[in-house]
Amino acid sequence: MTLVLLFQVENVKLLDRVSPRRSRVGTLYLTATHTIFVENEAGVRNETWVLHSLVCSLEKQAATSSGYPLLIHCKNFQVLHFAIPREQECQDVHLSLQRLSQPESYEELYCFSYKPNVDDEERQNEWDFMNLKADYSRMGLPNAHWKLSPANRNYKVSDTYPADLFVPESATPPVIVGSSKFRSRGRFPTLSYYSKENHAAICRSSQPLSGFSARCLEDEQMLEAILRSNPCSDFMYVVDTRPKLNAIANRAAGKGYENEDNYSNIKFQFIGIENIHVMRNSQQKMLEVCELRSPSMSDFLEGLESSGWLKHIKAVLDAGIFITKAVAEEGVSVLVHCSDGWDRTAQVCSVACVLLDPYYRTLQGLMVLIEKDWISFGHKFSHRCNHLVGDPKEVSPVIDQFLECVWQLMEQFPCAFEFNERFLITIHSHIYSCQYGNFIGNNQRERIQLGTHSLWSYLWTNRTDYINPLYRPDHSQTQGLLRPSTAPYCFKFWRGLYNRFDQGIHPRQSVEDYLRTIQEETQQLEDPGGRLHWWIHHQQPLSAKSTRQQRPHPPAPGLEPDVHLQPLQQQRPRVGDCRLELSFTPQ
Amino acid sequence: MEFAELIKTPRVDGVVLHRPFLPTVEGTLCLTGHHLILSSRQDNTEELWLLHSNIDSIEKRFVGSLGSIIVKCKDLRVIQLDIPGMEECLNIASSIEALSTLDSVSLMYPFFYRPMFEVIEDGWNSFLPEDAFKDLESMTDEWRLSEVNKDFSVCPSYPPLVAVPKDIDDETLRKVATFRHGGRFPVLSYYHKKNGMVMMRAGQPLTGTNGRRCKEDEKLINATLRPGKRGYIIDTRTINVAQQAKARGGGIESEANYPQWRRIHKAIERSNVLQESLIKLVEACNDQSHNMDRWLSKLEASNWQTHVKEILTTACLAAQCIDREGASVLVHGTEGTDTTLQVTSLAQIILDPSCRTIRGFQGLVEREWLQAGHPFQQRCAQSAYSNSKPRQEAPVFLLFLDCVWQILRQFPCSFEFSESYLVLLFEHAYASQFGTFLGNSAAERAKLSLPEKTVSLWSWVNRHQEIERLTNPLFEANSLVIWPSVAPQSLLLWEGVFLRWNRSSKCLDEAYEEMVHIIEYNKELQNKVNSLRRQLAQLETEDPLLQTP
Repeated sequence: MTLVLLFQVENVKLLDRVSPRRSRVGTLYLTATHTIFVENEAGVRNETWVLHSLVCSLEKQAATSSGYPLLIHCKNFQVLHFAIPREQECQDVHLSLQRLSQPESYEELYCFSYKPNVDDEERQNEWDFMNLKADYSRMGLPNAHWKLSPANRNYKVSDTYPADLFVPESATPPVIVGSSKFRSRGRFPTLSYYSKENHAAICRSSQPLSGFSARCLEDEQMLEAILRSNPCSDFMYVVDTRPKLNAIANRAAGKGYENEDNYSNIKFQFIGIENIHVMRNSQQKMLEVCELRSPSMSDFLEGLESSGWLKHIKAVLDAGIFITKAVAEEGVSVLVHCSDGWDRTAQVCSVACVLLDPYYRTLQGLMVLIEKDWISFGHKFSHRCNHLVGDPKEVSPVIDQFLECVWQLMEQFPCAFEFNERFLITIHSHIYSCQYGNFIGNNQRERIQLGTHSLWSYLWTNRTDYINPLYRPDHSQTQGLLRPSTAPYCFKFWRGLYNRFDQGIHPRQSVEDYLRTIQEETQQLEDPGGRLHWWIHHQQPLSAKSTRQQRPHPPAPGLEPDVHLQPLQQQRPRVGDCRLELSFTPQ
Repeated sequence: MEFAELIKTPRVDGVVLHRPFLPTVEGTLCLTGHHLILSSRQDNTEELWLLHSNIDSIEKRFVGSLGSIIVKCKDLRVIQLDIPGMEECLNIASSIEALSTLDSVSLMYPFFYRPMFEVIEDGWNSFLPEDAFKDLESMTDEWRLSEVNKDFSVCPSYPPLVAVPKDIDDETLRKVATFRHGGRFPVLSYYHKKNGMVMMRAGQPLTGTNGRRCKEDEKLINATLRPGKRGYIIDTRTINVAQQAKARGGGIESEANYPQWRRIHKAIERSNVLQESLIKLVEACNDQSHNMDRWLSKLEASNWQTHVKEILTTACLAAQCIDREGASVLVHGTEGTDTTLQVTSLAQIILDPSCRTIRGFQGLVEREWLQAGHPFQQRCAQSAYSNSKPRQEAPVFLLFLDCVWQILRQFPCSFEFSESYLVLLFEHAYASQFGTFLGNSAAERAKLSLPEKTVSLWSWVNRHQEIERLTNPLFEANSLVIWPSVAPQSLLLWEGVFLRWNRSSKCLDEAYEEMVHIIEYNKELQNKVNSLRRQLAQLETEDPLLQTP
C-alpha cells in the first residue's frame, strides 16, 4: 500500500507524559491517512503511527522552551504530546489534522482507501464469513413458535432495523405494522435471542408511543404473541432499561412505557441505566483521571468514584443478570427496550447473551453477537463513534461499556472465554479506526461495504493471537450460564484499555503470553513425541535383523529420529518484552 | 496454669456453625486451652479447629434462648456459632474472650505444640547471622561481624551479631549507639554485589533541639562511602515530622555535619495511622450495601492503597540510589523498627533475585524483620476487628507483604513462591502454632528460649510437600533488578487477603489449576520426548547400521 505524503516537519519532540527524560526527537510526517512520527535516533527506527480516523481531539497549548505543544487525543485512548519547533509548522499540522480527522462523507473514510494485498474475490469471501442466519439456526430458528418475517425486507417498516427479523409465529403483517407505528422509529418488538432449552426469548424494541394514555391494540397483540410463543410461561417481563424518571419525562413527548393494565400478563420493570450523555461525560471524567501526570492514590480513587464509570458498568451488568435469570432460571420471556432501543437495549441484550450462552463466549460467538445485537440492529456506530464530523452530543461510549462488561466477566471467570483481552481491545480499536467496513454507517440500510474489508475475517485469520490459553471447551466454567458477583469490589478499573499506551504501568511479565508459548511448545512436542514413539516401535524388531533396506518409512514426511528440540524456553517472554502492541501499520 | 479455670463450659452439643462459602454444620463445640473445636457428630471429623490466639474479637447476640457468637478472626474471617442455651452461650463467650487475650507469652500455643511431622531441618538454625556473613565475606572484605551486642546491652532490639564497617571498632559502636534511637546504630542491611554499594539502617539520630552531634556516628557512616562519592539518607518521615521529633530528643542528620550525604524525606505513615487504615479497609470490604460510590469512597478513605504506594515508592527510591546512582544508602525513620524495615526489605526484593526465592524470602524475613527487631508480638497482638483501643498494634508486616504481592503481580514469573506463601506468612505472624513470630526482638526470643521450646515455622515450610504447595509454577529465575510501577492504576487491592472471605475464589482457583495443568503437561511431554531420544541414541550405538543417514 502506498502512502500519500502531505508534508513533514523535522525536529519534532514526542514528549513522554510521565517522565520527560524519555522524550524523543524525530520527524513528523503527515500523510493522507496517517500521522507518522519517526524517531531520529541512529540505528533504531522507532515509528509511531496514528490513523487520522482515530484522532478524537486536538489541543494546542502555550509555547514552551521545547516548542509549540500539540496534544492529540485518540479514540483508542492514546495521547500524543508533540512539541513542534516553529509556530507556523504547529499551525499547519493542527489545521491539516483537524481537517483530516473530521471527514464529512463516508467516501473519505479510511476503509475505502485501505487496500491490503487481497484480490476482490477473496475480499468478498471475507464478508461471507459472517452469517447471522447460521446463528439463528443454531438457536433452532425458525421453529413452531418463531418465524422469519419478510416485513422489513426493504426497510419500509423500520429504516433502522435489519431486513431479516424473527417474530412470533402468530404475529401477522398487520400486527407487525400496527405495532411498529406505536414504537419510536418503527422499532417493533422482535427477537434477539431464543433459548432452545426452555423456549424463553429475549425480545427488543424501542419505547412505545404511549404518552399519558395512548394504547395500541396491535402492539398489545404483539406482546401477547411473544408471550404465547413461550408455552411454558404465563407471563413475561417488560424491562425498561432507563431510570424511571427519564421514562416518565418521555411521556410528555408522547412516548413513554407500557401500562401494565393494557397489556395482559406482563410484569413491568425499570432498570436505571443512564443515557448516552451521562455515559459520555462519565467516560470523559474517567479519562481525565487516567491522564493525570502523577496522581496520588486518592486523586485516582476519588476521580474514579466521581466519574461514576464503574457504577454505570455495574448497572449494565446488573440489567444483564436480571434478564439472564428471567430466561434461564424462570423460563420467562423478556422484552427489553430503552428509548430508541439501539443503545442500552443493545448493551443489555448482548450482556445477557454472553451470560446465558457459552457460544457467545467463543471468538466466533462474540463476533456474531456484535454483528447481531449491535451492527444489524442499528446501533448508530458512525454517530456514537464520531466517524464523520457531526453532532458531538450523539457521541457516546455505549459499545465501550459492553466490551468492558465482557472484560469484567473475564476477570471473574478466567477460564470461561475463548478469547483474551487483546481480542476485545482490537475490536475496540477497529470500531473507531474505520479501517474495516463493518462499523461504518448507523444501520444496515445505510451501510455501504463496497470495496471495504471485514474485521471479522481479519480477526479469524489471526485468531491464534486472541486465544485465551486457559480456555477449554470442556471446562466446567465454560458450561451453562455465568453467575457473576456484582459486589462493587468485583468491578475493576480496565487499565489494559484506558491506559493501554502507558507502557510503564502494565505488568512487566504476562502470564498469558507465557502460557501461550508453553502451549505452542507443547503442541510441537506432542507431534514429534508421537512420531518418535512410532519410530522406536518399528525400530526394535528390525534392529535384530539389521536389514537396513526394510526400515519402514516414518509416517510423516521429513521425519528423522533426530527431532529438533530447540531450547524453546528462551523464547518465552521475558521482562520488558511482554507488552501487547497494536498498530495500524499497513500490511 | 490452668486453662481449666478459664474454661467455664468445655463442651456444648447442638451448636451450628456458619462459615463463608461452606455449608452450615451442626456439631459439638469443645474448648481446649488453645483451640475452639467443632466436630459434627456423625463421622467425628473436626469441622473447625481454630486457635484462640487467632480470635480478634467476639460479639454475642440473643434471640430467645438461642445465643449466637460471632467470632472475628485475625486472618479476617468471620464465623458464627449458634449455641442453644443462654447460659452455655455466655459461658463459651467469656471463656473464648479470656483464652484469646492471654497476656503471658509463655502460655501461647507454640510452647505446647508438638509437631506431627518429622523435622528434617531445624528452622531455628537455618538463618544464622554468621552464615549470612560468610556470603558477604565472599563478596567483600570491607565489613566485619561485631559481637558488641552479644548480651543485648548496647541495643536491646538488635541481634547479638551485626555487620559493621571493618574499620569501626566496638568502642565506637557503643558511642554511636547512644546517639541513635533505641541504641540502633547504623548496621549493614544489604550489599549490592553488582557495584559494591550498600544499604544500612538505623534509628533516628538523637540530635535534639540543640543539634547534638556525634563524630563517631559521622565516622561510621562515612566509612561506607567510596572516596569522592556521596550517599543518600532516606528518612521515611516527612521533613515536618522529622523536625518535630527534635523536641522529643530525636532529629535528623544535618547537612553541616553530614556533608557527604544527601537527605531525602518520604512520607510513610506511622503505626497507629496504619492500624486505623487497616480497620477502615476491612470495614469497607465487609460493607454489604453493594453501592459502588460507597465502596470506592470507603476504599479511598481507608488510605490503605496510599500506604502501599508510599512504601513501594520509598523502596524504589532506595533501590534506585543503589543500583542506578551507584550510591550507598542509610534508611531510618524514628525507631528504625517499622517503616525502615519495610523499605530496606522491599528494596532487596527489587534488587536481589535471591530474595525472590522461597528460601531467600525466609532469609529476608529473618534478617530484616525478626533479627532486625520488628516487634511482632506488639504489632500483631490485634488485627482489624479488635474492639480494644490499639496500643502498639499496626499492620506494618502485612503492608510489607501487600507490597511484595504487588511486585509479584507485576512480575508473575520472577518469584519462586506464589501468593499463598505471602498469605501463609500473614496468618502465622498473627496466630501460629510455631514460635517464629513470638517475642519482639532477638533478646526476647533468647530469653523465652524459643529455639529450644518451640518449633520454627521454617522447619515446617521447608519440607518437600509444603515447598511444592507454595511454589509458583511460572517461576523462571530472573537475575535482573525488577522495577515495579507505583502508578495508582498498577496497584491493586490484595483480594487474596482482604476479599478472601467475602467472595468465592472458586473460578480463580480453577484458573490457577488450569495454568498448573498446562505447565505440568508440557513438562511431562518434555520428559517423554527426552527419554525417547535417549532410547533412540542407545539403539543407534548398539546398531551402527541404524544410524541416521
